[in-house]
Amino acid sequence: MIPAAFEYTVAESAEHAIGLLGEHGDEAKLMAGGHSLIPMMKFRLATPAVVIDIGRLNDLRYITVEGDQIRIGGTTRHSELEKSAELMAACPLLAHVASKVGDPQVRHRGTLGGTLAHSDPASDLPAAVLALGGTIVATGPNGSREIAATDFFTGYFESVLAIDELITEVRVPVSTGGWSYQKFNRRAQDWAIVGVAVANGGQGVSLVNMGSVPLRAPAVEAAIASGASAAAAAAAAADGTTPPTDLNADPDYRSHLARVLTQRALEAAGS
Amino acid sequence: MAVMGTRMLRKEDPPLVTGEAKYVDDIHVPGELWMGMVRSTQANARLASVDVTGALTQPGVVAAYTGADLVDGYWVAPLPCAWPVTPDMLNPPHYPVAVSHARYVGDIVAVVLATSRYAAADAVEHVVVDYETLPAAASLEVAATDSALAHPDLGTNKAYTWAIDADPEGLAAALEGSAHRVKATFTQQRLIPSAMEPRGVLAIPSPHGQDMTLYSSSQVPHILKVMVAATTGLPEHSLRVIAPQVGGGFGAKLNINADEILAVALANKLKKPVRWTETRTEAAMSTTQGRGQRQHIELGCDADGKLTGVRVYIQADMGAYMQLITPGTPLLGSFLYTGVYACPQFGFVCEGFFTNLTPTDAYRGAGRPEASYAIERAMDMLALEAGITPEEIRRRNYAGGGEFFENWTAPSGLVFDSGNYGPNLDLALNMADIAGLRSEQARRRAAGERKQLGIGMCTYVEICGLAPSRALGDLGYAAGGWEHATVRMLPTGKVEVVSGSTPHGQGHETSWSMIVADKMGIDPADVVVLHSDTARSPLGLDTYGSRSLAVGGVAIAMATDKVIQKAKAIVAHQMEANVEDMVLDDGNIMVAGSPDRSTPIQAVGFAAFSAHNLPEGMEPNLQEQVSFDPSNFAFPFGTHVCVVEVDTETGYTDVIDYIAVDDCGNQVNPLIVEGQVHGGIVQGVAQALWEYAQYDTEGNPLNPSFMDYLVPSPMEMPNMRLDSTVTPSTSNPLGVKGVGEAGTIGSAAAAINAVVDALSHLGVTDIDMPATPQKVWRLIQSLDQPSANAEEVSA
Repeated sequence: MIPAAFEYTVAESAEHAIGLLGEHGDEAKLMAGGHSLIPMMKFRLATPAVVIDIGRLNDLRYITVEGDQIRIGGTTRHSELEKSAELMAACPLLAHVASKVGDPQVRHRGTLGGTLAHSDPASDLPAAVLALGGTIVATGPNGSREIAATDFFTGYFESVLAIDELITEVRVPVSTGGWSYQKFNRRAQDWAIVGVAVANGGQGVSLVNMGSVPLRAPAVEAAIASGASAAAAAAAAADGTTPPTDLNADPDYRSHLARVLTQRALEAAGS
Repeated sequence: MAVMGTRMLRKEDPPLVTGEAKYVDDIHVPGELWMGMVRSTQANARLASVDVTGALTQPGVVAAYTGADLVDGYWVAPLPCAWPVTPDMLNPPHYPVAVSHARYVGDIVAVVLATSRYAAADAVEHVVVDYETLPAAASLEVAATDSALAHPDLGTNKAYTWAIDADPEGLAAALEGSAHRVKATFTQQRLIPSAMEPRGVLAIPSPHGQDMTLYSSSQVPHILKVMVAATTGLPEHSLRVIAPQVGGGFGAKLNINADEILAVALANKLKKPVRWTETRTEAAMSTTQGRGQRQHIELGCDADGKLTGVRVYIQADMGAYMQLITPGTPLLGSFLYTGVYACPQFGFVCEGFFTNLTPTDAYRGAGRPEASYAIERAMDMLALEAGITPEEIRRRNYAGGGEFFENWTAPSGLVFDSGNYGPNLDLALNMADIAGLRSEQARRRAAGERKQLGIGMCTYVEICGLAPSRALGDLGYAAGGWEHATVRMLPTGKVEVVSGSTPHGQGHETSWSMIVADKMGIDPADVVVLHSDTARSPLGLDTYGSRSLAVGGVAIAMATDKVIQKAKAIVAHQMEANVEDMVLDDGNIMVAGSPDRSTPIQAVGFAAFSAHNLPEGMEPNLQEQVSFDPSNFAFPFGTHVCVVEVDTETGYTDVIDYIAVDDCGNQVNPLIVEGQVHGGIVQGVAQALWEYAQYDTEGNPLNPSFMDYLVPSPMEMPNMRLDSTVTPSTSNPLGVKGVGEAGTIGSAAAAINAVVDALSHLGVTDIDMPATPQKVWRLIQSLDQPSANAEEVSA
């Protein structure tokens, strides 16, 4: 619970942060809200030599609805997503999922860019962005690139982000069709044991904590597209997944939960 | 001014809620050194070598020691166990740093001293330990077979056998002749006490001589002082122990820990202040844990549902070493395995086993929640066998026929001070609307709904007011159970109370002020309570076992009476009246019936101080002391009703209502009573549904952090609905019983009874704690009845 020694630097701008990343390479970690990084450092599971604090990049805190697209700055707090009237109107799923992350302290510190970059398969918001068909904008020394959420996550705590890239923006389509987020956990503040996000009446269905990355459930989406009932579609929710084992759930139970929660989510979304 | 029984806000809260309060970790002295503990990564291993040389060259490191380095000259005795429960109990020596063998993951194998906490933590990683790992007795089940030995030299894991079995043949015959019988085995999983403030210690030596001040986040500074002297050999009169603000303990700070003794010994050696604060992981791995039992209970009743006999056999997990009261903890429950019930035959056997796991010791309720759980679960099972409702089987067996009684001899031989169980149950069932709940339950069953309703009850009794010293002596406990109080009126009329019982969140300052103010007829704000520092309060036995009010509070009341008596004598002398004629009314002393001539009691402080005009032979000053040793324990009781919804698809249990009607005798401050009950209920329900300190087969802790060890939050609990009945104790003049542990003692059984009740129509008769969603789901699956069906209900 006592971190190893590290240097702490405050990034004054996105460019500054990217420059620092280039300077320190894999010795450095970006810290936004810090609610994942700091516990890992306290357990000495992460021992970065340099911590670059991007928590003060306030020009990356925004929610803008433009036509059929919503642009959200990378350091926008979960609490800001949760409470944004604009987002609640334009993409209620994302606002709702943000309200289910951790506890109020976590939501006031944690950022959308941070949770995506951390790529924890048990986190809520990555699955929502995935179900919504969102796009992640990563900015590096050579400018920005857009990455589809479906291409972003590569493994347990791993993504396609390069060492010197920073998530500056997240884009999701305006989405007011039937939606639901079913989060199953033993305590309100915990990560999901299993979670299921449904967007657009079942066009997008994603799973939390059912593998090493946040997953889409293509078999469920296909079944819905072909007119199957919620119950019938949900039966395929765990197909092709390799859910993890921990003290709360083994793979069998997780698969069962995925089916139950998918059915509930589809029903709630009116699919 | 009547203040007893009022909901006065707690005096101690402003500094606590504004962050002004100073805990051990907030106190710093120049030149202090931090200890960093090197902890065993193996549950059972010979220490082939422990090499600290790598740590010594790290920045900021001042010294580093292995266990072998400290054998000579640092301690005169191992860490103490104050409760050898039998003359032949095995108690292998337990030194602050393991000398040649580590016995559990977390056992200290070396200590580093550095100039900062960070430097100490870094240096710990440079100590190299070569382990020769042996098979670990990593569970009670393994330990009981001796297939792996926690202490190979002992040749067995069994530490002791302790029994109350006056008439085993009679008991066997009674059970044999029963109309209905139940035999069950329950597991009391290990729990991590999880006080809000982690433990910490700071030992400050005087530069010359042997004087030593020890700050510790302890429930028991007085006991700690004696034990520091006994283990380090420092003279007791040169020691001062201070427990500053202490943020909860729940029994895990009722101990003499390796770190406390180590800090004193090293501070004395180096003549430097030495400090340490545990991390949460250290707290989870190496501060004592609670529970850890397998309970085998067998009971029967006759055709009318009246109990015939209760037979209990307990296997108790001591952990790797005997801590202060490790062996006695399960026995604190031994007398309560027949609960609130009359029962002609009772037998109890407990065997204690060493394991290669964290030592166990007292945890809120200490033996009594376990007992209450076993009998109250078993009573529900017996009700099912006998075909009567849970409340009916309880009613038919209540001591005193469910009516008011005093001084009732329980099957275990203890004399319950007072009780009145029937009205208490009635109140709880009315509050719960038991008929309405049962009809809703029947509807959901008939409809085969996904969420099934369960109603669980528990009528508990506990033993509080630890304790009559003579009774403790009979049980083999090394110390007594009295408590000491001093009450003094200062020259300006303000009152100082010195308490021997030591608060760590209970609200002693408020309660003691109320007792004194009520008796004297003065403002509670004019009373200050001094405590938790052996220099201010040299005599005391501290806080545990719901003893503070029923022993310490009574001592305060008795000392106050003596002060009032002396004040009356002074005023009588000055008024040339007879002391027998003096009365104290609303803070004024006067001759009875002559209110026109009176003296405020607060003015007597100056008269006693100036001593110009005192009765012949009377000593100056207005100060009295009392050491109160109770004649009996106190036996609070109550009824808890827990209402749950179990999602039969996911196995998730949602506690949707909770009713508790507690009877702790007379109440000083109902607000404090409710606070105690709220917290206790959550801790008990936490055992039922969430908390479980788990280990793998090699003895590695699997969840030593708050990420995986699930302490519930307010989000998981409904608003609890509380009420109380009042049956004054006959064990003390205040008629008080104690309430610190009651919530925990009543709630785990109520919660599991509710979960089982929700699923009983599917064939569920029991479920192990904690009833996790996965476990509940699997149980339902195993019964091959995926949903409720109406046929079953009507059948």
